[in-house]
Amino acid sequence: MAAAASFLRGETSYRIRKFKSDGMMAITVGATILTLIPLFLVLGYLLFKGFSSLNWAFFTHMPAPVGEKGGGMANAIVGTLEVVGIAALIGVPIGVGAGLYLAANRASQFTNWIRFSADVLMGVPSIVIGIFAYAIVVRPFGGFSALSGSVALAAMMVPLVTRTTEEMVLLVPPELREASLALGVPNWRTTLSVVARTALAGITTGVILAIARVAGETAPLLFTAFGNRFWSTSLFHPINTLTVQVYTYAISPFPDWQRQAWAGAVVLTGIILALELGVRWMTGGAAKAPR
Amino acid sequence: MDDGRGGKSAKIIMADKLVVKNLNAYFSQIHAVRDVSLEFEENRIAAIIGPSGCGKSTLVRCLNRMHEVVPGARATGEVLLDGNNIYDDDVDPVQVRRRIGMVFQKPTPFPTMSIEDNVAAGLTLNGVQISRAERDSVVERSLRQAALWDEVKDRLRRPGASLSGGQQQRLCVARALAVQPEVILMDEPCSALDPISTARIEELLLELKSAYTIVIVTHNMQQAARTSDKTAFMYTGNLVEYGATKQIFTNPTRRETEDYITGRFG
Repeated sequence: MAAAASFLRGETSYRIRKFKSDGMMAITVGATILTLIPLFLVLGYLLFKGFSSLNWAFFTHMPAPVGEKGGGMANAIVGTLEVVGIAALIGVPIGVGAGLYLAANRASQFTNWIRFSADVLMGVPSIVIGIFAYAIVVRPFGGFSALSGSVALAAMMVPLVTRTTEEMVLLVPPELREASLALGVPNWRTTLSVVARTALAGITTGVILAIARVAGETAPLLFTAFGNRFWSTSLFHPINTLTVQVYTYAISPFPDWQRQAWAGAVVLTGIILALELGVRWMTGGAAKAPR
Repeated sequence: MDDGRGGKSAKIIMADKLVVKNLNAYFSQIHAVRDVSLEFEENRIAAIIGPSGCGKSTLVRCLNRMHEVVPGARATGEVLLDGNNIYDDDVDPVQVRRRIGMVFQKPTPFPTMSIEDNVAAGLTLNGVQISRAERDSVVERSLRQAALWDEVKDRLRRPGASLSGGQQQRLCVARALAVQPEVILMDEPCSALDPISTARIEELLLELKSAYTIVIVTHNMQQAARTSDKTAFMYTGNLVEYGATKQIFTNPTRRETEDYITGRFG
């Protein structure tokens, strides 16, 4: 009994271990708090500055000329939705297709290069992507356009979507694939109707996160979609977007415009937050699927 | 080779449904199945036993060309289905798999599909155009054959994954039966199941034997003894002995077989 008790009370080594453990725990908790402080400061300040400038006219009116009160960013809100929407139409099919291919051909030298390129492309500064779109769309078409902005954003989405699609497909147990093949289902049909279908919730999550990521980009749009003070939804003319409008207004010397910039930032953050919440909601309902 | 069935059944001349000739199978550099030749008779159950890694799973996977699905895997030799070599150059492996079905070790219902969709998957995924009524009758027939109908008939729209492990495995059997194969390969179908579910699958095998040719890989020697007509013993990629189950278990001709069956190794 006495021996057991002294054993349970522990040696000094146990106390040292406990002390170290507590110390490490304190460090990680501290790091977490330090990470969260700027996040809440940014969000709080954004809401504090932006909310007061936000009103119904902001969503329905065009930008007002300097010196005039009021006005809104109706054209920029529609422009952002259009540019990002077209970017998704271009980028998602390419990314999902490439991701399916990478997952189906894991080991070849060719796919290793594609995978490596996708990883590099993810790290390329977004301004460089903008220059790329300028070179392949703006120059040949002879002017800034909504389409060139979409191409720039699509180029940013492709590697993101490719890699998440691949990861999600790899989570599908290989047994399911074999079970389908053993039923005499052709390979292409197995990949689409069984493997991709099972990974669908995960792939959709990746797609929405990629959309949210590019929706907040400014640099690739500066010399592609360019910006437009007027109403335009044409693919082949310059178009206004929230990010570029916020950028233009924020660096302007006029207090009215600066207030508008804050409001635009709040709306943009709201759009991205809505997309992320959409992901949460979707995966909450369907996260059990790939297993 | 002595057909070894003995007694009354020896008088009936059985057709060889599936004949394996000089089959070799490889995984990249590994020689997993070494020059195996044997034949599987129609409406009979053949069991393949042997220690882990002896090549028995690889052998059955060669029988419907599932072996080559694994990257780096290849096979040489002949497998004759009703006299036609399934490894001929102009044979489509997809067509082979429609005639030779397979049930795997782990139950694998498709997670995105309901019970009835799982059963009909082999038809719908192959783009077979059938009416709702035909589809329903295929689903019912297959589930009855797999002895699962009574347990699931009131919840056919529920997800396949909502069933218990044993039910899921019978669902996979029903799914394999729905495409009306001629041969059914089973790769350790009971190794993930409890004894009661195992007994149900074994009963099922004996019922299915009248309509199908069955090859079952098993770790469980009692299972081989209970269900099969003929038994093959494999060791290190070689077919050591193949004969009537009774003879293999009571009077094996090879020393290795006897050692394995009496539990001296493996």
